[in-house]
Amino acid sequence: MRTAFLQGNEACAYGALAAGCRFFAGYPITPSTTIAETMARELPKVGGVFIQMEDEIASLAAVLGASVGGLKAMTATSGPGFSLMQEHIGYAVMAEIPCVIVDVQRLGPSTGQPTSPSQGDVMQARWGTHGDHPIIALSPTSVRECFDLTVTAFNLSEKYRTPVILLMDAVVGHMREKVILPAPEELEIIDRARPNVPPEWYFPYEETASDVPPMANFGDGFRYHITGLMHDRAGFPTQRLDEINAWLTRIFRKIDAHVDDIAITEAINVEHARTLVIAYGCTARAAKEAIYMCRRHRVGLLVLKTLWPFPKDQVLLAAHEAQRVVVPEMNMGQIALEVERLVGRSKVRRVRRADGEMITPQEIRAAIEYKE
Amino acid sequence: MATQRQLIYDYLRHKKKFPNIWCAGCGIGIVMGAIIRAVDELGYDKNQVAMISGIGCSGRMPVYLDFYTMHTTHGRALSFATGLKLARPELKIIVVMGDGDALAIGGNHFIHTARRNIDLTAIVINNATYGMTGGQYSPTTPQHMLATTAPYGNIEQDFPICELAQVCGAAFVARSTVYHVEELQGYIEQGLEKKGFALIEAVSYCHTTYGRLNRLGSAVDMMRALKENSVTRQTAEKLPPEELQGKIVRGIFVDREVPEYTQLYQKIIERAQSGGKA
Ligand SMILES: Cc1ncc(C[n+]2csc(CCOP(=O)(O)OP(=O)(O)O)c2C)c(N)n1
Ligand code: SF4
Ligand SMILES: [Mg+2]
Repeated sequence: MRTAFLQGNEACAYGALAAGCRFFAGYPITPSTTIAETMARELPKVGGVFIQMEDEIASLAAVLGASVGGLKAMTATSGPGFSLMQEHIGYAVMAEIPCVIVDVQRLGPSTGQPTSPSQGDVMQARWGTHGDHPIIALSPTSVRECFDLTVTAFNLSEKYRTPVILLMDAVVGHMREKVILPAPEELEIIDRARPNVPPEWYFPYEETASDVPPMANFGDGFRYHITGLMHDRAGFPTQRLDEINAWLTRIFRKIDAHVDDIAITEAINVEHARTLVIAYGCTARAAKEAIYMCRRHRVGLLVLKTLWPFPKDQVLLAAHEAQRVVVPEMNMGQIALEVERLVGRSKVRRVRRADGEMITPQEIRAAIEYKE
Repeated sequence: MATQRQLIYDYLRHKKKFPNIWCAGCGIGIVMGAIIRAVDELGYDKNQVAMISGIGCSGRMPVYLDFYTMHTTHGRALSFATGLKLARPELKIIVVMGDGDALAIGGNHFIHTARRNIDLTAIVINNATYGMTGGQYSPTTPQHMLATTAPYGNIEQDFPICELAQVCGAAFVARSTVYHVEELQGYIEQGLEKKGFALIEAVSYCHTTYGRLNRLGSAVDMMRALKENSVTRQTAEKLPPEELQGKIVRGIFVDREVPEYTQLYQKIIERAQSGGKA
């Protein structure tokens, strides 16, 4: 246990180190840069490597190369850089390479407003890379959660051999809070499964009971092939429909069958709630305040820490008795779309802002108390 | 030297990955042969060698070879290789790229990887066109030549690959052709042994797209042109500039000692761990 006064970005970097991250490649961009700066200072102390690449495309490529070499690896960026990373997010999905991508969201599109917060990249995290694919994205609401969810992001990426996106925002990234960080022995750390067969028997993309085949490091004697092309269980390109379909089914199943393990939410007063607020990231902080302001009504709050895969069951359960579901978010209604799909459009009231200003508790309260 | 049969047995994924996808007569396979013989000549253990490629006809090479192999994305092979090298400094990493791959979409990574002088052996197979996508002009297509996207002739200047690597800070730079295969193999060996960024340009040809469009004849004709149109650096120095026009200059352009990136970073780790100031 260690008490510290930290920025969310620093907490994210310390979380990564605690999770065993030993490689960081990135390119400076506000409001994520302090993550890179912290990693540049701290990584060599634990024998890890930091490198500043020439752009974000190269950054994620280097992260994937390092991960294939056996290191836990991460990059951090914001909107414009996140856009540049999309092709390699797809590569990581296709080749099943664990990695963590932090996007400290700022107001977009384009250069937008570099120092203003936003939650505008939620759908980009889900669908930004081309082709159909599953993805995991988490979103912290506080400095302590920046630490915790970074550890979780690494654990999930290692466990499921998949890229994990941590969607922070300029508020949680830049804000300072007093935090009590857990001691290393209090943390559960997951490392990717490595093969326990001789190299001749190893198939890097084999169907296994867990749907996640063990991953060998380059350099350890398992001379296998990795490609962004559709591939067979040995990793060699294939055009056979049975092999393509088997891969596609497994890649979805390995996430979809484990939503319970991946979907993290926090429920406050949701039992018998007549009005339910669903919020995430920095907006969840205002939402907490709003439900206390309205505590005489039966108002509950569901905070989504996992955005993708969408925590469907938790949302349905919390919204069970609700007449109204309020979804505040700093975009024009991205998670609201998912909520509407589940509970019906007529119940949902969006509270939306995409001008770089935080949503206030009063704005959320107005939506809770709004008379039709 | 090992027999042809032995090399095939030792280095190719012969049971799984053949026949290859290249057109009959393509020069890419010759570069692959030169790489195999270079690795064999140097006596490297296959468990010590990784091959990383980008996208294109050239990029398809790794799948055939029994190393740690990775076929990455268009233009970014050097960046993937940089990450792998930093994670596994003990590996010998060969990066195979096409001219479009290395110098158009990957041009930024090319200059910065050379500048960092990280220990990689990069081989650019220069066929002066985008082979895989059917013969569009590339950054090394000579001016006035035709391409499917330059039906009126190419008006862009071409990149001199070796000169570019040289000014960016590479430790070893050499050019040969797929006709001069023993010379090419020798340069690959020197590149692999060099501690630092080594760039070898292997001038090849694409008779199927670029050759046909520009009426340059068959694969054999284009191969013969490599022989007849190329000169060594020594000869080139004596030739008047008019006679050097359009000639391929072969030879070693750079062979120097430059501090290598992973070794420099190791010193940073030692400093940080001994409590040295950040
Ligand atoms: C991002 C991206 N853009 C475009 C392509 C399409 N593409 C595939 S190969 C290629 C060009 C290959 O030319 P070169 O690198 O010279 O290799 P060659 O086929 O000549 O060996 C292009 C443009 C792609 N795969 N990815
Ligand atoms: S298209 Fe050109 S470069 Fe590609 S395999 Fe055929 S001859 Fe070789
Ligand atoms: Mg080419």
